[in-house]
Amino acid sequence: MTATLNPLYRFDTLVVGAANRLAFTAAKAVAESPGTVYNPLFIYARPGLGKTHLLMGIGHAAKAINPRLSVEYLTLDEFVESFHAAIAAGQGEAYRRRFIDVDLLLVDDVQFLTHRREMQAELLRLTDALQTANRQIVLTSDRPPAEIEALDERLIRRFAGGLVIDVAAPDYETRVAILLRKAEERRASFGKGVLEAVASLAIDNVRELLGALNRLVAFQAVSDTPLLPAQARALAGGDAMDAPVAAPGQDEFSDFLSEVSETVAQQVDSWRTKVAAAILRWEGEGYRTTRIEALLQQEMTTDPEQVLHRFEADVKQLQSLHAEASELAPDLAGSNAFRDPDDLAGAEALVTRARQGAHPPPAPSPLWKLDDLVEAPGNRMALQAARVVVSEPGGRYNPLVIVGASGVGKTHLLHALGNALAVEGRGPVACLSAHELTAELIDAIGRDAVGVWRARYRAASAFLLDDVHLIAEKDRTQDELFVLFNYLMEQGRQMVFSSAVPLAELKGVEARLRTRLEGGLVVDLPAPDREVRHHVLERLLQAKLGARDPELVDYLGSRPAESVRAVHGLLQRVLNAAESQGSAPSAALAREVLEGAVPKPVKRANSRSSGVVAPASGARSREKIVWDWPDVGDRIVEEWR
Amino acid sequence: MSLVNFTAREITCKIVYYGPGRSGKTTNLQYVYGRVPESRRGRMVSLATQTDRTLFFDFLPLELGTISGFTTKFQLYTVPGQSYYNATRKLVLQGADGVVFVADSQARRFDDNLESLQNLQDNLLAQGIDVRQVPVVFQYNKQDLPRDLILTQDEMDDALNFRAVQSFSADALHGTGVFETLKGVSELVLKKLATGTPVA
Repeated sequence: MTATLNPLYRFDTLVVGAANRLAFTAAKAVAESPGTVYNPLFIYARPGLGKTHLLMGIGHAAKAINPRLSVEYLTLDEFVESFHAAIAAGQGEAYRRRFIDVDLLLVDDVQFLTHRREMQAELLRLTDALQTANRQIVLTSDRPPAEIEALDERLIRRFAGGLVIDVAAPDYETRVAILLRKAEERRASFGKGVLEAVASLAIDNVRELLGALNRLVAFQAVSDTPLLPAQARALAGGDAMDAPVAAPGQDEFSDFLSEVSETVAQQVDSWRTKVAAAILRWEGEGYRTTRIEALLQQEMTTDPEQVLHRFEADVKQLQSLHAEASELAPDLAGSNAFRDPDDLAGAEALVTRARQGAHPPPAPSPLWKLDDLVEAPGNRMALQAARVVVSEPGGRYNPLVIVGASGVGKTHLLHALGNALAVEGRGPVACLSAHELTAELIDAIGRDAVGVWRARYRAASAFLLDDVHLIAEKDRTQDELFVLFNYLMEQGRQMVFSSAVPLAELKGVEARLRTRLEGGLVVDLPAPDREVRHHVLERLLQAKLGARDPELVDYLGSRPAESVRAVHGLLQRVLNAAESQGSAPSAALAREVLEGAVPKPVKRANSRSSGVVAPASGARSREKIVWDWPDVGDRIVEEWR
Repeated sequence: MSLVNFTAREITCKIVYYGPGRSGKTTNLQYVYGRVPESRRGRMVSLATQTDRTLFFDFLPLELGTISGFTTKFQLYTVPGQSYYNATRKLVLQGADGVVFVADSQARRFDDNLESLQNLQDNLLAQGIDVRQVPVVFQYNKQDLPRDLILTQDEMDDALNFRAVQSFSADALHGTGVFETLKGVSELVLKKLATGTPVA
């Protein structure tokens, strides 16, 4: 709606004097970079001092700089009218969108917001939306926001958060300059002292001043003789032709007032501008600006320059702490603790904790305890070694390497051992899989934070790595692990590894690393023997059914199983069959399920049958048919018999 | 005294006219009082002796209206010039934002001027204030008197104005230099807003 901008109201046609210099500077800054400096910009002045001129000047200047910019100028009355029309037409949303998409919104005469609560709410919403989208809003009023009657406190705060600036009455010199400029525009020339005489009158409203000039121009046009200063003064007085011109003494005071105004404007407003700009800047960057906002709110007893300077220094300190914290602990990146310059201590404490390893490497899963492990002849050696490690970490068996097939309980033992070591309270215990170690290393390389990654593990009091065979062919992981191994060994920290592959058969792992692993104690964790299976089944049954069934446990325990995981699978199959039949699990049922003569299942709505046929005989073997798929995690590969 | 009060959006400047007795301090205030529109001036309080000398102080509050959103007030004070009123001078000087030193240009008052200036420095120092930190201007009054009775502005500057601050030649009785002096000190005081440090 740029067409509504009066083409005469441009910056170059505005006479800038002491009274409006600051407002002009702010307006120019806004026009040059809308949405970035003072947003919202609120200009107030008594009528006839050039608010609308400034407002439209912003529109013209912004358009001149960037013709693609969408600029909309309207008075508050137009704003209200179009809102009511939009609401009446059920187009409220479209109305909002219309303004939200504007790059530069210029709203004139917002003093008429008085007692218009719904329009205030609408303007508040619009101001927030424009600010969020970095779009500029400029408003004018004949009084400061706080003096607009019944204006929503939130709007007052929003305006104060931008820049609120006033335009004072023009001083004598500015009045002369305005008269000269306007006379020139009208191609009227006057004798010496004529315009000065008019300017010396106490007319502090530009419109009235121009009205006086109009009378001079009209008078001179019909007069044969040039206008004299005394006549001009009388003419400018309008109806009060005989009204005395301001007494000389009063002029002295006006001059004094004018000078004081200029000085105050320079001093006070430059401050307010500086403080407001600083608030805008730091708030925009996401920092809390309570401290500098207080400068505008409280009685000023300290030098704002110093406060601003200190605030900036604190923000820099926060930034540096944030950078360090992000490097030490990536999850601290973007934390709000680094946004409040008034709480530097909090931020520093956070970084200190991060430095001390408050963000330790992955810990062992708390679910697995060493005491839960069932000791049997097969795993006795491994468990005893584990107990020695707990009692003498970094001492006798370092590293301890647990070798065993998949599912025999290596991970369980590793985490249980990790928990037992953590209880000792020597510091953070790192317990993770080789796969996770590689993934973390890749992430650290990507963030250029390998140093921090290393430091994290070097700070660990014990290092437990599951599935070390998975580092095969991963050269960088092996390099890092080698260095870490040496460091931890030197520091006397306990290391425990698990491998599904016997060390001698490890392929793709550097000999220097393999030999170091072999240098510790290597223990085998064999397939669970009958005793282990028995204990495992008892515990599972107790956990799942809350009941004991020695016969079922005996039967299932006697079935061959390569791993603890396989024992879980056997029991799960029986439980599923029992559930599908609606009966309780029993040894008989287990026999039927695992050896044949499967009772016809009660078909469940969601059960599926695979109908697998034994390849050797071609006959349907019930044991090879999976009637009901257990949960994915519990699925097992049935052995062929 | 706080120069700028952002809560009340108020600027208050306390300006003290200092100088030897009968140098024209009260006359300055009276002239200002006479030129200020009624709506802008408060009641001028003058406590004078029977011989019309200032006994305690003169006080002229000026309301300059709202400037840049701040209600701006000037408070003009004079101190009693007579040497035996030093306690009063000290009191009036407290919290001053600026000082106008009104010197009597008559040659015969030369020593009085020096003594009063010394007294100003002493009184400021007694309040822990270095005179160099205070906005001060000099006004050489009674320059309308015959040339052979007075010292010129340059001579007065040589005698009193060691720091080469602003000085004004004045005839306070007829108003010459009165507002110029007030403007001069006001500008210094207001420019000092940035530091927000009052005199005491």
